[in-house]
Formats: sequence, C-alpha cells, structure tokens
Amino acid sequence: MKRIAAAALVNGLLTAGAVLTLMPFLWMISASLMPTGEASAIPPRFLPSHVTTEHYRVLLTRLALGRHVVVSLGLAGTITVLGLAVNVMAGYAFGKLPFAGKERIFQVLLAALVIPAQVSMLPLFLMLKALGLVNTFAGVVIPGLASVFGIFLIRQHAREIPDSILDAARVDGASELTIFRTIALRLLTPILVTLALFSFMGAWNDFLWPLVVLTDDRLYTLPVALANLVGEHVQETELMMAGSVVTVLPVVLLFVALQRYYVAGLTAGGVKG
Amino acid sequence: MLPERSRAGWVLVAPALAAIGLFFAVPVLAALALSFTDFDIYALADLDRLRVVGLANYQRLLHDPRFWIALRNTSYFVFVGGPLSVAVSLGAALTLDARTARWKPFFRTVFVLPVVTTLVAVAVVWRYLYHPRVGLLNHVLGWVGVPPVDWLGDPRFAMPAIIVLAIWKNFGFNTLIFLAGLQAIPPRLFEAARLDGAGAWQTFRAVTLPMLAPTFVLVAVLTLAGYFQLFAEPYVMTQGGPGSSTLSVVLLMYEQGFRWWNLGYAAAVAFVLFAIIVAFTGLDRLARRFAAPRQPAVAQHGPGERS
Amino acid sequence: MAAAAIAVHGCHRGGDRDDLVLWAMGSEGDAAAQLVREFERANPALHVRVQTLPWSAAHEKILTAFVGDSMPDAFQAGNTWLPELRELGAIDAIDARLDASATLDRADFFPGVLDTNVIEGVTWGLPWYVDTRLLFYRRDLLERAGVAEVPATWDAWRDAMTLLAEHPATADGHAILLPMREWEVPVILALGNRAELLRDHDRFGNFRSPPVRAAFAWYLDLFTRGLAPRASASTSGNLYQDFARGAFAYYVTGPWNLGELAKRLPAELAESWDTAPMPAARAGEPGLSLAGVRAWWCRRRARKDDAWRLIEFLAAPERQSALTRLTGDLPASRSAWTRSGLADAPRTRAFYAQLQSLRATPKIPEWEQIATSIARHAESMIRGEETLDAGLADLDADVDQILAKRRWLLDRANAVTPAPVGSDAPSASTAEPHAP
Repeated sequence: MKRIAAAALVNGLLTAGAVLTLMPFLWMISASLMPTGEASAIPPRFLPSHVTTEHYRVLLTRLALGRHVVVSLGLAGTITVLGLAVNVMAGYAFGKLPFAGKERIFQVLLAALVIPAQVSMLPLFLMLKALGLVNTFAGVVIPGLASVFGIFLIRQHAREIPDSILDAARVDGASELTIFRTIALRLLTPILVTLALFSFMGAWNDFLWPLVVLTDDRLYTLPVALANLVGEHVQETELMMAGSVVTVLPVVLLFVALQRYYVAGLTAGGVKG
Repeated sequence: MLPERSRAGWVLVAPALAAIGLFFAVPVLAALALSFTDFDIYALADLDRLRVVGLANYQRLLHDPRFWIALRNTSYFVFVGGPLSVAVSLGAALTLDARTARWKPFFRTVFVLPVVTTLVAVAVVWRYLYHPRVGLLNHVLGWVGVPPVDWLGDPRFAMPAIIVLAIWKNFGFNTLIFLAGLQAIPPRLFEAARLDGAGAWQTFRAVTLPMLAPTFVLVAVLTLAGYFQLFAEPYVMTQGGPGSSTLSVVLLMYEQGFRWWNLGYAAAVAFVLFAIIVAFTGLDRLARRFAAPRQPAVAQHGPGERS
Repeated sequence: MAAAAIAVHGCHRGGDRDDLVLWAMGSEGDAAAQLVREFERANPALHVRVQTLPWSAAHEKILTAFVGDSMPDAFQAGNTWLPELRELGAIDAIDARLDASATLDRADFFPGVLDTNVIEGVTWGLPWYVDTRLLFYRRDLLERAGVAEVPATWDAWRDAMTLLAEHPATADGHAILLPMREWEVPVILALGNRAELLRDHDRFGNFRSPPVRAAFAWYLDLFTRGLAPRASASTSGNLYQDFARGAFAYYVTGPWNLGELAKRLPAELAESWDTAPMPAARAGEPGLSLAGVRAWWCRRRARKDDAWRLIEFLAAPERQSALTRLTGDLPASRSAWTRSGLADAPRTRAFYAQLQSLRATPKIPEWEQIATSIARHAESMIRGEETLDAGLADLDADVDQILAKRRWLLDRANAVTPAPVGSDAPSASTAEPHAP
C-alpha cells in the first residue's frame, strides 16, 4: 500500500513537472494555429476556434523565412563540421600525444573558460572588420570554431583508448597522423556524434554574435530574423508564435532523435574524471 | 618515436590553438588594453581623439549607480535563481531516479527539451505567457484567486519572472548531470544500508547525499559561473527594464559597448565581472579540495549557451 | 550543409553586387519598397534592394554597420541621430546636389523641419515625413465627460483630464496614456516651457533649471493624480484595442498613428477621434512640439550619384504624397500638403498648425544617449523610486558624464583656435519657435 502511494506520488510529480515544462511549447503551437487576434482574446484561449495554417504560409511566402532556415542550417552545419575537425584533432593530441608544454597549455585553456565570452566580443568585432569579415558568413563561423569544451570532451574520451592498440599500430610502422585518422577517429565516433550535436545546437541557437556581425538581412540566421520579425510585427501574436515554432522545431527534432548522444556527452563531460 | 609523436601532437593542436589565440586570447588582451583608454564614438571616427586614461574607467565604474544596480540585480539572479535552479534540478533528478518512476526516458526528454531550444523563440512565447491582461499565467493564477500581476512591467516582479524563465530553460541540463551522478553510486551501498535497516530518508542522508556531493559542487559551480553571465534572458525579455530592475552586468556592458560604442568603459565593466567570477572560482577550488578528489568538468560553454 | 552555407555565401558575394542598398525603418519600409519599384522603372539601369528594420533595433544596427563598414548606400532615420553620424563621417553633405536639383526646392520644406537636418549651415538629409508629436483624443469620451473645448493651455488640459477621470469609460480607464519609459513627452513639455535642456554650449546638463523642473513637475503630477496609468510600454496591452475600448482618451503621439488608427480602430469609432496641437504652457503662446523628421541620408562612401538620385526621387513632393496615401504619414514638403489638401483636412489640420511651432533638441552626437537617460530617469521618478529633485540631479550628473568627452574636445579645440566654438552652436537655445 505504501509502495503504491509512493509510486503515485513520484509519477504524479513527474507528470506535473512534464506538464509545466511542456506548457509553453503546447501554447506556442496552439497559438500559431489560431486565427488572427485569437491569441490575445480575453479570457485567454487554450485551443484555436478553428485551425489555420495561414501564419505559416505568410512566414514562408511574404516574409520568406525559408531563406533563413537554409542560412541557419548551412551555418550551423559548417560550424559543426569545421569545428569538429579542429577540436577532435586537438582533443586527441591533448589526450594521447606527449608534447612539450601539453599540461600547462591545457590548464590555461581550462582557465580561459571563466572569461565571459562577451569580453572578447568588442575587440573581436573590430578585428573582423579589419579582416573584412563583418557581414559575411565567415565572420559568423570563424570565431565559433575552436571550443575548449569540445577539446575537453574529446580529450576525456581519447584518454580511455588503450595505449596497446595505438602501440600495435606504431609497431606496424603507421605514422601518428595515420593512427589518428584510421584508429582514433573510429574509436571516438560515438563522442564525435555527441560533440557534433552540441556544436550544431549551439550554433543554431546562437543569437548575439550573428546579430552583431550580420547587417544584411539576406544573411540573417533564423533567430536573428525572428527577432527582427518580432520588432516589426509585435502586434501579430499568432504570426510570432508560428515563427517561434519554425525556429525551435529543427533542434527539437534533432534532439529527440539523437538524445542518447546528448546524455552521453553530459555524463562524460560532467562527472567522469 | 617520441619526436614524431611530439611533432604530431603539435600539428594536431595547432589549428585549435591558433583559432583560440587569434579569436579569443588576442581580443581579450585587446579588451584589457581598451579598458585603460576612453575609446568611444569620437575615437572611432578619429583616433587622434583617443586618450589613455589609466584606471579612470574603473574609478568611474565604482561611482556609476547603474553598475551597482546591475551588480545587485545580477547577484539577485545568481544567489536566488541559482539555488532555486539547482534545487529544481536535484528534485527532478531524484524523482526521475526513484525506482517507482515510470516512462523515465519520456520524462527525461521532456525536461531537457527547453535546454535545447532557441532562447529568442521561447522568449517570444514567455512574453505572452507573462502578459498582464491576456497572459495565460495570470489567467491560471486567477483560478486560485491571485490578482493579476504585471510580471515584466513591475520592477518587483520582473527579476522573479526572469528567474522562472531561466529555471524552466536550464534545469534539465543540471538534471542530467545529477542523474549521471546518482547512477554512478554503487548499488552495493544502498544494499548495505538496506541490510542495516535504514529507512528511505536515512538512506538518502547517509548514502545518496554524501555520494552526490562532488556532483553537487560541480553543478553549483557551473551554475554560479553561468548565472553571473546573465544576459540573453533580460536582453530579449525586458531590455533591462522596467526601470533598471533586470539590468545585468553583461547587459550593461553590451549596452555601453554595442549600443553607445563606449568601448573603453564597456571593457572595464567586462573585466570587473571577470574578476568577480574568478573570485568565485577561487572559492570553487577551495570547495573542490574540501569536497572531493574528483576532477570537475567544464560543461558550462557546452550546450549552446554562447549567447 | 557546409556546401549549402558556401552556396548561399557565394550567392551573396556574386550576382547582385551592383544593387543599391536602401534601409528603411518600421512600417514605412514597405511603402519605400513600393516607391522604389517606380524608381527602377524610371532608371532601368539601377536595381535597388530595400531592407527593412524595426525602429527598436535601427540605431544599433546603423552604428554597427558603420563600424563594420557595411552601411547601406542610403537610409532613412530620425533627425536625432544626425549629429552622431555626421561626427563619425558616416554620411554625406547634400547642399550642392540639393541646390542643383530640378525636382526639389529647399523652400518647399517646412523651415523648422529642414532645419533639423542642417548643422553649422551644412545640409545632410532630405526630410521625408514629419515626426512631430501632438495630442490624439477620443472626442466622444471628452464630450461625455463634459469637456467642451480642445485645451489650449496646460491648465485647461489638466482640467479636462480631471473631468475625464471623474467619468471613466472603463473600469481600468485613465484620462491619458503616457508610456513611462519615453523621453519625448517630458522633453516636449520642457521645450514648450521655453527651457534649455543643456547649458554652456551644450557642455552640461541643465535639468535642475526652473523651467525644466517645472515641466517635469507638471508631467509627474499627472501620474500622482492618477490621470495617467503607471504602465510600461513593454507590457501595456494592445495600444489600438485599448484606445478603442476607451482605456484612455488622450495620447501624445506622431503622424504614423493616423494611418494605424484608421486601419485598426473598429468602423463605428471612425469619427470619434481627432487630433489637436500641443497645449501651451501659458495662455497667449503657441504650444510647442518637437521638430522631428524622418529623413533620407546618403552614406559617405556610397555611389554618390546613384544614391542621391534615389533619395532625390523618394523625397520629391509626389512621392511624399504617395507615402501619405500608402501609410498615412505626413509629408515634410509644403507643396505635398497643399496638393493633398491635408492642411484643411480633419486630423491633419492640427499637424499643419503644429508644424509652424516647433523646437529642436540639441544637435550633439550624445543626444541619443542623453534621451535614453531622460527616459530612464523619468520612469524612475514616475515610479516614485526617486523624488523629482533627486531624479533631476541624477539626470544632470548622468548627462555631465555623457558630455565629458565633448567638453574635453571643445576645450582642446578652443586651445588650438581661440575663435568662438563653432561646432557647438547651441541649436536648442537659438532655434526660436516659428510664429504661426
């Protein structure tokens, strides 16, 4: 009897938590399907009187949000692929290869994590200006490539690769770079997926930097375009909600599909020594 | 053999170090240099109008009421919002970890969903939830007789509203870390406690809490460091208002920097915040030595919290 | 995905490099895009890309674009940003081109309006539509409350509001809506009270001076008496719905709301609202308002001939009339007013009168920062976080800090050339109101 009560309590709490967590999403979806004006009705409505996809049509046609979906996909994809390459190489080297000053450098990198990213933004902007990269996609991509978190994550996993495997390859005469390409990368694949997922989500959701760097509205990423839209159409609640759904949907789907890798990343980066 | 490995090591870290050096270290040093000048819109037009002012920006900062307001608001967010957020995460993790819990993967997914979503987008939704007249929140509170609150328009409620949003957005992340910590506790300890005849509460106090301490310290430090950098939530929700009730230190820095181009002053704000965070990470080291030998991790820049 | 990014990038870099880029803000952006199509038909060799930005982000965006060297060839903005952009060397003087223009005539612009785009005798922008503010009101509510006349003075205005408060139209109704975090209304009142906001050639704040203090006191009193709600812009409800349901009867705003109200108010209220010039501080004076205008400017490094042709086209009286048709905005060109009969039409007539009685804000690069500070301190005084005197003292301290660099530059310039300080002709203090 006590056990049943405990189970009821636990699952009741979880259900309540889930409802509270999901509520904003559910309302967002519901409001995005309401006829114009209904989301501001008094008393508030939970469900549309009739479902309309009008706002999504407006977004994709008149406001051409599709373009920004493509831009965001492209940019997040590029950052993911290039960043993965840079961080995996470094992470593996820090984990597995002896080189002078390795530990010292790694500690400096870790210490750099406490510097708020915004500190570097102002001079970075001036630097990119000097390089002619303001208002270009490269200006968005380049500063986001190397990530201390990514290097750390890979390093933790690289250290678990048994030396014996690497040494066997060395005895066979394989060069270090070949070993990295053929053996290490294969063994690190699961954590690569994790890092790719983190990078993609981070890049997709990033707002401030693209907002500052991109002035041409054709280059806007989806969050920047959405913020612009909010500024111009603030009275059109339903349209805003549709825009939010479009912005949030890709990362949510990606997360639901790959969440096991996401969890793996946190477990690895978070708790293991 | 060794020289080749060492050379390969350098080759492999070179791109990352170059990128970090060029696009992080150099700008940070440049920001430090800027903080000793009065670089502003006049200097931007003509470098002849730039003055090296020594510590004047830092002195001005100490006498700037808005800086103190920002620091007070940020502290409010860190020391009220932070513990609340950790408590919610811990509660969620313990509940999820309970043996009687069902559909665990589903609940876990739901809890992490807000973490991965775009803040700009969910902020649009929350602004309507918080709306004093047509918002869902006041409507629901009305059922239990709470009079309408102007969540984002009343200086007393704006920061609590930001805290609630931040907790909703972030708690899933720490929940996952706590879950991992809970699952790493060897089952034999629970077994031993059971054999000793310990009840649920006693087991929790004697086994779960101490074993969870390192994770707890880790989560607390990450949350502290992250929450000090409060920016995106007030930027998209309130722009620091009403009044200055949600002005954070980073928001003040952004405003001075990218709105007015007072780069010298903005850089000084940034470095003072940096010093504050370092002071707290110093505390973190103490706590770490105190709490556990395990190495803490660095997930704070991980899950898309760049903005 | 990498390929996609590069493809989009390539597309940006190639192809349309020859486009003229035009930035337009707010709801006028759509109108500008329509007018530009006409321009392209007249100039087949030129293609113009119109980008619209929300007003809330425009200032930051323009400055960032200047620093990042990615400014548009021509853009539309408010006159208060002019001194800043001039100081930066971001925009181009247009005197020679304006004087040589076949379609534009300097004298055709309202003098007080064109003057906002002139600094030290150099003209920088072409006024497009006026942004002066005055009184919008619900005539039916005023009649119901027993207010017979449009108030001509502050006293009469406050009496009318008091009557309204005694006969509220809705349970949560107020006499007037004054968004707390705005600088415009207190500044209009101060200028109307013949105050100088800054002193000593715009070197210091002057907010504790009696005329400014009196204006702020009168303004705060409206909140103390409960005539205006303590409502912030971010969370107040839908403005137009609130005006329609009678949540307030007075609102101080600009011409763009003529179009918005016509579009958004229910049909049965179409004849129930009107406009009036700002009431005067004292009887026998004209009520003053802000000399504000949204104008077209050219980027310093633009393709000058093409950019000029574009803004010359857009600022021509015909296009100003067209803009009025498209958005309800009011032209800055006098011939556009006569042509469209706006000077005698209901609602716009009040603006015509107001345009004869304007005063400008100080023409210094720091103005936008000062204005933001005014808005912030006004809000904290309204909320009662600061008393009137403490708030104005803080405001002065804040403004003095903002102007510190300016003082240094002026002193340095004076040390080099002991001539009178040319660059800081105190525009606010010399710009006399034009007699009606």
